[in-house]
Amino acid sequence: MDKVINGKNISVTEEGFMTDFSQWDKSIGDAIAAENNISLTPRHWEVLNYIQTEYKNDVPLSIRKIGKSGVVDIKEFYVLFPVAPLKTATKIAGIPKPVSCI
Amino acid sequence: MEDNGSIKKMMIILSKATLENVYAGFVLANGARMEGIEAEIFFTFFGLEAIHNKKLDHLHIATVGNPAMHMPTLLGGLPGMEAIATSMMKKEMEKIDMPDVREFLEILTASGVKLWACKLAMDMFHYNKEDMFEDLDGVITVGDFYKQGSGVGTHMLFI
Repeated sequence: MDKVINGKNISVTEEGFMTDFSQWDKSIGDAIAAENNISLTPRHWEVLNYIQTEYKNDVPLSIRKIGKSGVVDIKEFYVLFPVAPLKTATKIAGIPKPVSCI
Repeated sequence: MEDNGSIKKMMIILSKATLENVYAGFVLANGARMEGIEAEIFFTFFGLEAIHNKKLDHLHIATVGNPAMHMPTLLGGLPGMEAIATSMMKKEMEKIDMPDVREFLEILTASGVKLWACKLAMDMFHYNKEDMFEDLDGVITVGDFYKQGSGVGTHMLFI
């Protein structure tokens, strides 16, 4: 389905995960973050950049991997993205919903 | 607040410390936090071993009385059988990125899961708070635990 984000037609799943990363840019990320009541700081962007890099390298994301990333620990990850951090962060980053249970 | 039936909080009671039960409780608690749901675990009776510093690194899976092991009960009771089954399971778990018990406890507390020890069971086993995993939130009664779980959208689960 399509959804208007920041004035652009963006292709998303029912849960709001983008399905075409080529449509993503930082302003789209900012708009999705605002919908989730998050105002992105440089610290958020460091984590989002890490998540996007892992995705581009086909590394499956999990809370445990985030904790071992050296970019952010699990506690701070929950501070930056308080509600469902992995889902929210991947949604903002414009990549598919992670399938991990850990 | 409108109640749309969604789950807001999972209160998990862990009464066993066989590896398969401990992991079930931990995965459910962590999975709740990953979905934005609050989670608390109440460790009671043998479940206390999962937060006992000297025991939590040595939990085993049950090879006796566990039909899903597809192993005759007599065979499952042989010396060393639990250790073999446990080491096989641990290898499989590492493959699917499953942390060991101590690391999992650290992940849970970092994720905001509250960990409580049952006072009655602590007294029964003569355990002290100092014997337990350091980030334990406290030693509480059943009544305290129910109070923790009050509110719309709380679910309780006994393992």
